[in-house]
Amino acid sequence: MSWRRALIAAAVTLPLLGLLAFGMTRNPNAIPSTMPGREAPAFELVTMPLDEREVPETVDLSALRGNVVVLNFWASWCVACRDEHEPLSRVARAYEGRPVRFFGVVYNDSPENAREWIEAMGGQSYSALIDPDSRTAIDYGLYGVPETFIIGPDGRVRHKIIGPATEPELRARIDALLPEAT
Amino acid sequence: MRPAALQRALLTWVLLFAGAAGAGAQNATPGRSGAPAPSEVELERLTSEVASGLRCPVCQGVSIEDSPTELARQMRAVVREQLAAGRTPDQVRGYFIDKYGEWILLRPRASGFNLLVYVLPWLAILTGILVIVASVRRWTRPLPAGAPESARPTGSGHRTLTS
Repeated sequence: MSWRRALIAAAVTLPLLGLLAFGMTRNPNAIPSTMPGREAPAFELVTMPLDEREVPETVDLSALRGNVVVLNFWASWCVACRDEHEPLSRVARAYEGRPVRFFGVVYNDSPENAREWIEAMGGQSYSALIDPDSRTAIDYGLYGVPETFIIGPDGRVRHKIIGPATEPELRARIDALLPEAT
Repeated sequence: MRPAALQRALLTWVLLFAGAAGAGAQNATPGRSGAPAPSEVELERLTSEVASGLRCPVCQGVSIEDSPTELARQMRAVVREQLAAGRTPDQVRGYFIDKYGEWILLRPRASGFNLLVYVLPWLAILTGILVIVASVRRWTRPLPAGAPESARPTGSGHRTLTS
């Protein structure tokens, strides 16, 4: 085998191998989100009453400027959502009375199923919101549940948590943003 | 072909083309912002065209046109709604790229690093053709006078079997 041929073969294959190796370092499931750092898409969604006495009310994101808003997308058919329900409820209760608001947006689910699920999970310390035709979910670039968006007091999306949210992460993100709250 | 038959054939083709051009002109033009909304047929066609190029976030290898998921159906409804409001297909695509990133397009845009996806295959084919041409020319080159047949390069390194 001549050295010239070996050199040509190397010159052709090595860059290709390099490109393939680079490709192997990237995770095809890690889809980057366009939301963090940008103005949170506006919404006006109606709360889902958890019992007959509750009256539905409209939640307008623009009226919550100055608060840290934790916007969690979930569904009763989502298995991973069960893992984060307790942490979300616990953290929401811990920050009551402070400028922090929690909302659980129901994603591709019926209000009946959602209500039953919340009841089965022992209740929820924050409001559930109904998102007709998933317009708000699409506006936030949602591709699955659970996903949690942490919106700062300035109205910008500061973090996106993909998968079940944990108590330490929720507390850390909220604590970091609280100094900005009014 | 007899002259009369030729004339009839020509007339038929001219009428066919004229008819097709006329039918094309009757379709509403795809809406520019502020332009009149497209007709129902055109709207369906445009919706299908745009939806076929958008990836389903749930079944990720499939377009929202083909995906059976609820989210795909809802995204398709957003496409249709925006087109009906007079937005162009590019503007609708732009909306989804804004929300999901470039990843939402089934075919990456031919710019920056993505250009490699479009350029490399052609480069490989061209290189392959050049290698084949060069090799065949070498193998079929006339031998110097007096040289034995076994002196012909075969490209394989093996000896040829000659009697």
